[in-house]
Amino acid sequence: MEMKPLTRLLLGLVCLLVAIWLVAPTLVVVPMSFNENKSLAFPPQGFSWQWYQNFATSPEWSASFLNSLKVASVVAVLATVLGTLAAFGLDRMKAGPAGLLRMLMLTPMVVPGVVLAIGIYAVYLDTHLVGTMLGFVLAHTILALPFVLIAVSASLEVFDRRLETAAASLGAGALTAFRTVTLPLILPGILSGLLFAFATSFDEIVVSLFITNPYLKTLPVQIFSSITRDADPTVAAVGTILLFATTILIGGGMLLLGRERKGPQ
Amino acid sequence: MSASDPTNGSVAQPAAEGRPGWAWRPFALALPALVLLVAVIGYPLFTIVLRSLSEPQWGLQNYAWFFGASVNLTVLQRTFAISAWVTLVCVIAAYPYAYLMTAVGPRIRLALVLCVLIPFWVSGVVRTLSWVILLQDSGVINSLLRAAGFDGIKLIRTQTGVVIGMAQVLLPFMILPLYSVMKGIDLRLMRAAQSLGARPSRAFFTVYLPLSLPGVYAGAIIVFILALGFYITPALLGGPRSTMLSTLVQTQVLSLLQWGRGGAMGVVLLVATFVLLALAAPVMRSRYREAGRR
Repeated sequence: MEMKPLTRLLLGLVCLLVAIWLVAPTLVVVPMSFNENKSLAFPPQGFSWQWYQNFATSPEWSASFLNSLKVASVVAVLATVLGTLAAFGLDRMKAGPAGLLRMLMLTPMVVPGVVLAIGIYAVYLDTHLVGTMLGFVLAHTILALPFVLIAVSASLEVFDRRLETAAASLGAGALTAFRTVTLPLILPGILSGLLFAFATSFDEIVVSLFITNPYLKTLPVQIFSSITRDADPTVAAVGTILLFATTILIGGGMLLLGRERKGPQ
Repeated sequence: MSASDPTNGSVAQPAAEGRPGWAWRPFALALPALVLLVAVIGYPLFTIVLRSLSEPQWGLQNYAWFFGASVNLTVLQRTFAISAWVTLVCVIAAYPYAYLMTAVGPRIRLALVLCVLIPFWVSGVVRTLSWVILLQDSGVINSLLRAAGFDGIKLIRTQTGVVIGMAQVLLPFMILPLYSVMKGIDLRLMRAAQSLGARPSRAFFTVYLPLSLPGVYAGAIIVFILALGFYITPALLGGPRSTMLSTLVQTQVLSLLQWGRGGAMGVVLLVATFVLLALAAPVMRSRYREAGRR
């Protein structure tokens, strides 16, 4: 559509502002993490690595980081297995029931976090799961499941079922056909589901805040209590580390996917 | 996955594959996820509904209390107001942005898409921490204002601060559906309108805007629903005068141990969410059908 130069300029300016609004807030933790003073006031004073050192040496921070890693790894595997199985099931079901079940399985995405949190907390109090690894894994898995379901379903949608039929007609059993034909073709979907599940669990905070206890905290819970308790710049150092880690992870994933798409086809 | 499983002979039914037993097998694949869903979401939600009706005794007294106390109604009203503001801000910011995404070359589009996705992959708690740093009285925005010779303004612990932070977090949920609708609009329609004598602004308002409205509607409903249930951002950026319903639920349950009252509030929030979803469903479905026809 033709636009006057003035309209074009205005549009560009507005979008630049929106882009800054989207991106800049995430970068502000970087300078804060090198602050010499123990405060989150802006602008930061001087330069020091002490908050990174504090993160590496403080038992509180490193324990919560390790807990998050452990929980997220187990959740990623569990959610990916359950989600992939479910995506296959729904893909092969009649449209009516499949639609209903799919909607049901996506509910964790829309139920308000706090409502879910008090519900799970109530049940965990009765079953002694508060502050346990198992408790965290179960809750996070159900929250990560929708993302796996969406990712795997998307790649199943473009997957040509006739390839399986062809494999079967050449004598492959159901499992062999799945392993040698279906799985390699939908692997990108499964892997991105795995990544999403890991990220969801690593980042989950609302339910975690309710089912945590002083002996078992995850990193987001530790970050949250650090923000509410004091202005400790360690939290900015942690934020910076997470920012770089996720950027590398996502960047690597994108490169990998890009290469795969350009690859043998 | 072998076809000769002895347990399924009785439900034999010619399914898509023409083999007996295939009809129930898809359900068996989905079953583990479904069991976990019922145990970790279904049962807890059922518990909350039950507690809202039974604690301290059976009856509707918790709901009567909720709708009878003006404090609660103020917070309920505020929750809807804040969500509406966030939605409005998102629509206004997302519309030109999504439009630009459709109008530029692939390189700039990639940059624009990355700007939308970055907030998605940066940890939510870290993002809220950034907003605390930006909005606090000694924060970036106030430092810049003072350097420019203005008085500082109070942003943190205010409703404005909450809306600014929440809108940034939710903006991608508005931009992406809007972009997917705008991408499908045939720009030749605009050229046709202009060739028939419409000025660009008139062509935009009579042709383009109506065609893009389904995207606005879909994005707005998603943003509004997510905003209603927000907890972390209002808890960290807000103050007593910007409390949202979710904070009230937390206080009732964790601080006051009033499971019945907290549960009733939770049920109100849940019902509001599902009513909105039901309102959105027909629009989304018709959008899917259109997409299918294309």
